[in-house]
Order: sequence, then structure tokens, then C-alpha cells
Amino acid sequence: MSQATLEIRAISGHAGSVPGEGVKREFEVCKLIDTTTCIGCKACEVACLEWNGLSFSETNFDNSYQTMPETAWNYWNLIKFDEHEREDGSLQLLMRKDQCMHCEEPGCLAACPAEGAIVQYVNGIVDFQQDHCIGCGYCITGCPFNIPKFSPTARKVFKCTLCNDRVTQGLEPACIKSCPTGCLHFGTKPEMKELAETRAAQLREHSGFANAGVYDPSGVGGTHVIYVLHDASNPEAYGGLPKNPSIPLTVQLWKKPLKWLGNLAIIGGLVGVFAHYLRFGPKLVEEDEKAAQGEKR
Amino acid sequence: MSREPYLLPNGRVLRYSYKERLVHWLAGVSYVYLLLTGLAFWSPWLFWIAVVLGGATISRELHPWFGVLFVIAVVMMRWMWGKQMRETAVDKEWWAAVGHYIKNEDKQMPSADRFNPGQKLLFWGFFWNGILLLLSGLILWLPQYIPWSLRFLRYIAVIVHPICALLTIGLFIIHVYMGTVFERGAFGSVIRGDVSRAWADEHHHTWFQQILRDAEPRK
Repeated sequence: MSQATLEIRAISGHAGSVPGEGVKREFEVCKLIDTTTCIGCKACEVACLEWNGLSFSETNFDNSYQTMPETAWNYWNLIKFDEHEREDGSLQLLMRKDQCMHCEEPGCLAACPAEGAIVQYVNGIVDFQQDHCIGCGYCITGCPFNIPKFSPTARKVFKCTLCNDRVTQGLEPACIKSCPTGCLHFGTKPEMKELAETRAAQLREHSGFANAGVYDPSGVGGTHVIYVLHDASNPEAYGGLPKNPSIPLTVQLWKKPLKWLGNLAIIGGLVGVFAHYLRFGPKLVEEDEKAAQGEKR
Repeated sequence: MSREPYLLPNGRVLRYSYKERLVHWLAGVSYVYLLLTGLAFWSPWLFWIAVVLGGATISRELHPWFGVLFVIAVVMMRWMWGKQMRETAVDKEWWAAVGHYIKNEDKQMPSADRFNPGQKLLFWGFFWNGILLLLSGLILWLPQYIPWSLRFLRYIAVIVHPICALLTIGLFIIHVYMGTVFERGAFGSVIRGDVSRAWADEHHHTWFQQILRDAEPRK
């Protein structure tokens, strides 16, 4: 999407400095999703398709109100419906709007080998640049939230942009705009965090949700999409929201220690064989050498 | 095995048959492409290689197909050379004396058969790493078909693939060094196919003596 007015903080597959690091004062944006006031109307799903010009795709209502099992390359915003049985035996219908979490430490960006295919803006938005994407799908592996999705036609990966084209122009994301209950909020990260904590406290003190809390997982450095949950101790109940998400361990090992060990080993190997040649020279067969010298004479 | 005569009319010895050379270079060319494109995806510092080779998108599309070619070649080698690559009792002595080999004191080395233990290590290293690279590569090729519930497969693949690749790079550096500048005569053997009698006797004494015995007219 447009890079024009957003400062870049991190670039995938990039060696060297980054243009926006510490240049301008910019607010970190945040989307707040209050699952306790979501009514599952899916206005946000429609608004997302409308604003982003995504085509309608096949739905799959499998004993649930949920439009499809998981987000798709052309369906970036999906409310997950879960019938949760509480300890007292009563049922609770949990509805959580699922989309890219815009991690502070994005696993997709860490895993991506293509220069500039994934950028993180100073305002916290993590965006895919499909014109630089090579379709390798490493971001799919790097993401702890199962968000990047491969398009078999474009052979590129797509996901929620946090409507950065709107945010750039001072507008809120399309999903926020469409929400009829006000369960979606958009603002700076500190503002949203405060609002979320206030709401969670209200739920704990006045509504009988003793475990109500805010989901802003520290394993990925916090996210620019945060939730208020009735039961923050069990995020898994909300359509498999991971309790302690982090960049997969093997992705971290591959991108950090293994990369440096590997580079050292390759350079060491090249230097080693060169040094060996200088020290011992070629393996010659005496008889052949004599014959070759004989020919010269 | 090929039934071409080993002792050539020009007084040289056939080291690798035409078929063996073809398979070797199928593996060689596909490996070099895999190495270059793989390195481009390995480090941002080397991403330019993919650009030079026609763009990173093309490199990403072709890398898996070249991987399939490479594994086909390696499996053919396993088929052609499997018996000759088996470890023998002499191999341990050879490894114990490998310091002499490194220092070019070849007269002090136990005699080698058609493939010396170093070549056997190279072969099995490429074979098993090639299999692991193919298996992990299949997952990395089509990650979108691995469901979320089986994501551990992707997590394994993403670390197995570079580890195996690095191991083959180590073997590759040594192999190319030895096959070109270090062991004079070796490169010709995999291009034209033949070596001198002295070369065969010095580097693969056991193999060459067997050829001589086989060439003697039967009584």
C-alpha cells in the first residue's frame, strides 16, 4: 500500500539502515476490540471487503455463525464464534474479531527473505508490499497468529493492512468505522491501553467477570491490536487466540544463531581451503609430472 | 554398471563412464543453482544473487524444481554407486591416517578402492542431506497446504532445511577445492572421463589393481 507519508521502522530482508528510525515524531496507533460488547453482526467483515475492494468468496457455515474457518487471502477480517461452557455449566457465546495483530516484533517480518516485502511503520502498522513479495510463504511460518494467507492466483501473500491507506489520511480503519456497538476503538496505543484497562476493571468490579483483562501479549513485544476479554486467563477459548504468542523458536534460531554460525562456517571453509592450498599445494602424481615436463622439452 | 572397458586404447584408464559423468553434472549444475538461490534467501547481503538470476520471484519458483532434479541425480548415484560406496574394513585405517592425506603424504595412506572413504563421506553426506532437504523443502515449497494444526511441520522444516544446506555447503567447498585445484587430474576424470595409469594407481590402488587383474586374458 502507500508508503508516501508513513515513516518506516523496519524492512524485511534488508541489510543496512532504515529511513524512518527516530526521524519524526509519530504516534503509535492501536485498535481496541472489546469482545464483551461485540454482537457478531459482521459489519466489520463487510466494511473490510468493501474498503479493500476484495471479492466475495465462498462461505462455510459449519454449525456456527462463523463465515469461514479462518481468515483468507481475500478475507482479512473474520469474527470467530465459540460456544464456551463455563464452570457453572452455562453457555457463553464468545465472538472475537480476528485479523492481523500488527505485532511490535512481527514474526512475519523476521522470517521474510525478500527485501521490502514486509515493512513496519513507525506508527506500528505492519504491512505487506505485494510488489516486493516473492511468494515464498516464510511469513506464514513466522506468524504466531495464523494470519498471512497465500493467494494461489497472485502467488503472493496477503493480510490486513490496518487500513494504512486510511490511517495515513487521518481516518480510522474501515472496520472501526462500521462498528454499530462501539466495541471497536482506534487511537494511540497509550489511549487505547488506558481505555481497555478501564473497561476491564469495570467488567471485574461491576459485571462479575473476575478474570476480565486486556490482551496485549508481551511475547511479541505487544501488539497494535488489543482485546478486552471476559476471561483473559483463557484466550484460547476465543477461537484459538494463543495464550503466550511468540515468534516460533526455530524461526528465531534460524534467523539469529544459525545464520551467524553458518556465515562463519562458510567463510571459515573458504579461507580454510585457500590456506590449505598455500601450505600444501596440489596433490601431484610424480610420474605424470615427469611425463608432462618431458613433453615440454 | 557400465560395461565400457576400463583400459582405454590411448593408454589411459576410464574413471567415470559417460552416464556417470552426465549424472554427476546433473547434480552439479542443479546444486549450484540451488546454492546460489538458496544463499539469496539465506541472507539480505546476498539477496542480489536472486536479482541477477532473473528476479527473486523466479528464483523462488524454480528453486524447488531444481531441488527435485538434484535429488533425482543423487538417487541415481545411489543406484549406480551404492555398492562401491559401502564402508569397508580398510576405511577406519584410512581415516586414522587422514592427516597424511591432508599433508600430501599419499604414499603413507592405505590403498583405496574405486572411492576412498573421503569420497564415500561426501556421497552419503549429499545423499542423506539431499533427502532431508527434499522432505523439508516440500513443506517450505507449499506451506499454504500445511494446516494450522500441523504447523509444527513448518517449524521443523524451517530449521532442518538451512542446517542440511549448510552441511552440504561444507562438503561442496571441500569437493570443489579437491576436484579442481587440489587433486590434479580429478577434474578431467569427470569431464573427459579418463585418468592416467599412474594417477589411478596412486589414488585408487586397490581399484586399479583389480582392473589390471580383470584385463588379464583368462586361461
